[in-house]
Amino acid sequence: MSETVVSTTGWKPNPRAARRRRADHLATAFGMVMAGILVLVLASILWTLLSRGLAGLSAAAIMKPMGPPGSSSGLANAIVGSLIQTFMALLMATPLGLGCGIYLSEYGTETNKFASCVRFVSDVLMSVPSILVGLFVYQVLVAPFGHFSALAGSVALAILAVPIIVRTTEDMLRLVPTSMREAGAALGATRWRVTLSLCLRSAKTGVLTGILLALARVSGETAPLLFTSLGNQNWSFSLNRPMASLPVTIYQYAGASYEDWVQLAWAGALLVTMGVLAINIAVRVSARRG
Amino acid sequence: MWWLKLPDNARFSSQSPSRMTLATATQPEEARDKARVSHAGSRRSGPDTAFHLLVAASALLVLVVLGGLVVLMGVGGSQAFRTFGLGFAFHDVWNPVADIYGAWAPLFGTIISTLIGVAIALPLAFGTAFWLTTMAPPRIAAIIGTAVQLLAAVPSIIFGMWGFFTIVPFMAQTVQPFLSHHFRHVPGIRFIIHGAPFGTGLMTAGLVLAVMIAPFMTAVMRDVFAAMPNMLRESAYGLGATRWDVMWRVVVPWSRTGMIGAIVLGMGRALGETMAVTFVIGNVTAVGWSLFAPRSTVASLIALQFPESPAGSLRLSALLALGFILMLLSFASLALARMLRGDTK
Repeated sequence: MSETVVSTTGWKPNPRAARRRRADHLATAFGMVMAGILVLVLASILWTLLSRGLAGLSAAAIMKPMGPPGSSSGLANAIVGSLIQTFMALLMATPLGLGCGIYLSEYGTETNKFASCVRFVSDVLMSVPSILVGLFVYQVLVAPFGHFSALAGSVALAILAVPIIVRTTEDMLRLVPTSMREAGAALGATRWRVTLSLCLRSAKTGVLTGILLALARVSGETAPLLFTSLGNQNWSFSLNRPMASLPVTIYQYAGASYEDWVQLAWAGALLVTMGVLAINIAVRVSARRG
Repeated sequence: MWWLKLPDNARFSSQSPSRMTLATATQPEEARDKARVSHAGSRRSGPDTAFHLLVAASALLVLVVLGGLVVLMGVGGSQAFRTFGLGFAFHDVWNPVADIYGAWAPLFGTIISTLIGVAIALPLAFGTAFWLTTMAPPRIAAIIGTAVQLLAAVPSIIFGMWGFFTIVPFMAQTVQPFLSHHFRHVPGIRFIIHGAPFGTGLMTAGLVLAVMIAPFMTAVMRDVFAAMPNMLRESAYGLGATRWDVMWRVVVPWSRTGMIGAIVLGMGRALGETMAVTFVIGNVTAVGWSLFAPRSTVASLIALQFPESPAGSLRLSALLALGFILMLLSFASLALARMLRGDTK
């Protein structure tokens, strides 16, 4: 890195090279510092979550339903409620998202106005604030029926999941080389066959990742559930009635002034995070093996 | 468009030689598209048509959902827009008692907290992605890269709780006393740090938002950087480029679209973020330049006041109108991204 060089060797210092090297050092330091900060902050979050969550986590917290403060209550109905609503949401969102993604990649050519319109709308939907989706579903599925319902909550979550699935499906299908499609067609496969058995199959991992990203996104969503499935202090398995969910319960309990509720909120937060992380890790492992 | 030129089973049997010729790359794009249009629906087999219709219907449904979202929000907010006019967006009083509503206070909070969040998250994400793709030892890069990707999936409410129990006390007990002690009398900065040390406010919200969107942006950027063909990178190194040269002159231009996508997606998340912000913003509908005084954002205001707003009331309509404006904002940010990307569609 010596900037001063004896000129008798015939080699002259090149100011541009020196400048480039300096910029490189600066950028290197910048990258390292930024990575360090980010890792530290994220570690701090995980640490807070673990230390506070484990303190509140117990068998009772998982097995018992919610209750008034001071009554050794738990989160069981919220956990089950979350599972039901998330599952329902994915059940609705996956076929729709896959269909739309396939349409965009296989039929949505450059000249197809409808496809570019849908592509744009899907992008917009992806960035639509989740609370607005909650408001929308409130107006469509809650206000006309006069009561909150788990179904409304699931629909709100599904609306959030669809654009993610659409985007990844389209992107992943586009990565499938044209030669593969041509090979399929040359073997006499019809177009839907080529799409489903060749393209979708070879893009399987990516598409699954999209569905999982969607699952990860919706399973922790609180805002769209506030005005749709509302939350419930008691057990409820009916899709037609308000249903508790873990995120909403966390929201209600975290701001409470009862110590045991705050503890339960941290336990719930830990559960949600661990659930989301576990799904992600499982997918990664299976993707690596497959 | 390849399939139009390829004969399917039926056409093989029909022995039409002209149709069996494969389109060559030299055939002009328009001609191929025309061929496709004229062909559409006429010679396709039954299941193929059904499949086409099915996926097209899914696409249509997605369109309808967004259309419904915009329309319902606009219709719901129309009462507020009629009462207060277009000035609704820039009127800075939000007073449920007097039934007077203006959107400026929450809008201002949303815009400023988002800008702070993106401004902090962008260097964090870019620097980390740069480090991960070019400098970190492969094994450490794999671990940290995975960890960051996993953390991008952590629900926003966790960040809100973390901010509420960690950042807010830190701001109230350390940052704000320090700032007000040292910069209280400095003109130009004074009005930014003005306020009682509650710990809540736009700065706290911006920080929490930054921490929330940074892993997400890092993960996307890293993927985009890693997707670049190695040959380009190696060629640049072979020409004597430094690491930063390669990054700035080869990787960044190549992955510009993906990077802008990452930034805008992050921004979109920050704009409409409800839970992470509601915990730390302080929820006071006031306007002011102080970054350390309690404020509110559109999303947090909706989350807090919607349950208290009876159906048909002016307040509910005002909240829906706020939602409509928020939608326009997120729409505008997306349009901006497309413009920057040079994509006119």
